[in-house]
Amino acid sequence: MTQTRNLIDENGKRTDGRTIDELRPVKIKVGVVKNADGSAFIEFGRNKILAAVYGPREVHPKHMALPDRCVLRCRYHMSPFSTDTRKNPAPSRREIEISKVMREALEPALILEDYPRAAIDVFVEVLQSDGGSRCAGITAASVALADAGINMRDIVAACAAGKVDDKVVLDINDTEDKEGGADMPVAYMPHLDQVTLMQLDGVLTPEQFSECLDKAIKGCRMVYEIQKQALMQKYFGNELELKEEQ
Amino acid sequence: MSSSRRSAIIVEHLRKQQMWDAISKSKRLDGRDFGELRPLEIELDIIKKANGSARVKLGDTEVIAGVKVETGEPFEGLENKGALIVSAEVLPVASPHVEPGPPDEETVELARVVDRGIRESEMIDLEKLVLVPGKVVYTVFVDCSVINADGNLFDATSYAVVSALLSSKLPVFEMQDGKVTDTGRTQETPITTIPVSLTAVRIGDVVLVDPTAEEEACMDARITITTNSKGEFCALQKGHTGSFTIDQIKKAAEASRVKGEEIRAKIVELTGYGK
Repeated sequence: MTQTRNLIDENGKRTDGRTIDELRPVKIKVGVVKNADGSAFIEFGRNKILAAVYGPREVHPKHMALPDRCVLRCRYHMSPFSTDTRKNPAPSRREIEISKVMREALEPALILEDYPRAAIDVFVEVLQSDGGSRCAGITAASVALADAGINMRDIVAACAAGKVDDKVVLDINDTEDKEGGADMPVAYMPHLDQVTLMQLDGVLTPEQFSECLDKAIKGCRMVYEIQKQALMQKYFGNELELKEEQ
Repeated sequence: MSSSRRSAIIVEHLRKQQMWDAISKSKRLDGRDFGELRPLEIELDIIKKANGSARVKLGDTEVIAGVKVETGEPFEGLENKGALIVSAEVLPVASPHVEPGPPDEETVELARVVDRGIRESEMIDLEKLVLVPGKVVYTVFVDCSVINADGNLFDATSYAVVSALLSSKLPVFEMQDGKVTDTGRTQETPITTIPVSLTAVRIGDVVLVDPTAEEEACMDARITITTNSKGEFCALQKGHTGSFTIDQIKKAAEASRVKGEEIRAKIVELTGYGK
C-alpha cells in the first residue's frame, strides 16, 4: 500500500474530521429481529450491520453435533448493495476467511460446554460497508449473543487501529483503509484481558506495532461501554429512565 | 458458513499426557526447545517449466512452490503496478485428513495469510513490471502445493513462496505492433525485501514456535507474524478458537523479529540469493 495524498491535515484532523484518538459515532440497537433468539443492529460510522443469533438449537446436519459441547457456526456476508460496485452475492474468499476469524473471535467468550449436542448460529449481514466491518460485525454479534441469553464469560468488543500519514490512529475508515499505511483489527474481552482476534496488513515499526495494539485495545474498551449501554437500554430501559427522572 | 469442528487429528490421551509432561520440563515431544524450529531444507529449480520453483521441507511438512509469469490487465486501482497472486492448496496426498474438492476455510485462510505476508511486505517491486500503463502488466503467479502436512503449513508455504521468488528469473516481454511478445530473454526478479513469517501456538500457558500437527491438535490459539528485512512488521494473523494476552502477543512479535532474522539468513544461504 502506497499513500498518494495527505490523510491528516495540519490541524491533526482526519478525512472525516476526527482526531487520531477518536472513534466514529457508534450506535447499537438490541433486539431488532423479532424471530431471532438474539439480535443487534450496529451503525459504526457508515457501517450498517445486522447480527442475528439462533440457538442453542438442534444441529442439522446431525453428524456435525459434538458430544461434549455446542457447535458455533458463523456467517459473515455482505449484501450486493453494500459496496461501491455491486458485490457478487456468492461468498467470496474474503468472506470465508472473515467468517472463520469472526467465529474464532467469539468462541472464547462463550461457555459452549453448557449446551452439548446443540448448535448456535450467528448471522452477520453487512447492509452498508465502511472500513472496519469485521470489527463492527463482531461487536454486534457479541451483543446479539448476550441478547439471546447464551452463557458467556465476557463480551467481545472489537476495534481497529492503523497507520495513516505515518501516525498511529484509532478506528480507520474506508478511505484510510484503502489509501493508508496499515490496518490492525483487534477483538478483545475487557474483563478477561484476552485478545481473541488480531490481524495486520501494512508495514509497522516495532514501536508503531506496540502503540497500534495499545490504541486498538483502548478503542475496544470504548466500544465495550457502548455495548453495555445498548444492553442496559433494552433490559433496564424503563428503570434507567425512571432513575433519571428522580 | 464457518463452523467449529473437531480437530482433524485426534491425539490419544496418553500422548497428550506425554506432551504436557514434556512441556512442564520446558521440552517438546521431539526434543526441541519452545523457541526452536524444525530443520529447514530448501531445494531450488525442481520444476524446469516454471520461472522459479522451490521445494521446502520444515521437519516433515513439505511444500512445493512454482512461479509462472504471464501478462494481463492490472488490478483496479493499481493501474501502474504488475499483479502478484499467491495461492496455496493442500493436496489430497498430503495427509489422510484431506479430501479432494473445493478448498475448505482452513485452506482459504492459509492461502490468504501467505499472500498477505508477501503482498504487504512489497517483496517485489511491482512498479517495474508494467508494459503499457493501465493496460498491460506482468502477472506473477506463485502457486503452492502442500505435499506432506505435519503442522505449520503457514510458515512452510511462506518460505516456499519466498525461496521460489528469490530464485526466479522473469521472462522479458515487449510490445510489438500492439501485441505482447516473449523475447525469449530473462531478467532478474525485482526483489526489494525478504519477508519471513513465524508461527507460534499457545498450549496452556506456554507459547511455542513451529508447531507439529500433533501440537496443533492440542493448541489453544495460534499467531502468525511476518517481518521484512528491516525488522518491521508487515502482516499478522491470529487464528484458532483460543485467545492471547497482550503480553503474549508482544513477546511473540519480538520473537518473530529475532527468529525471523535468523530464518532470513538461513533462506538467503540455502537459496544462494545475491551470489
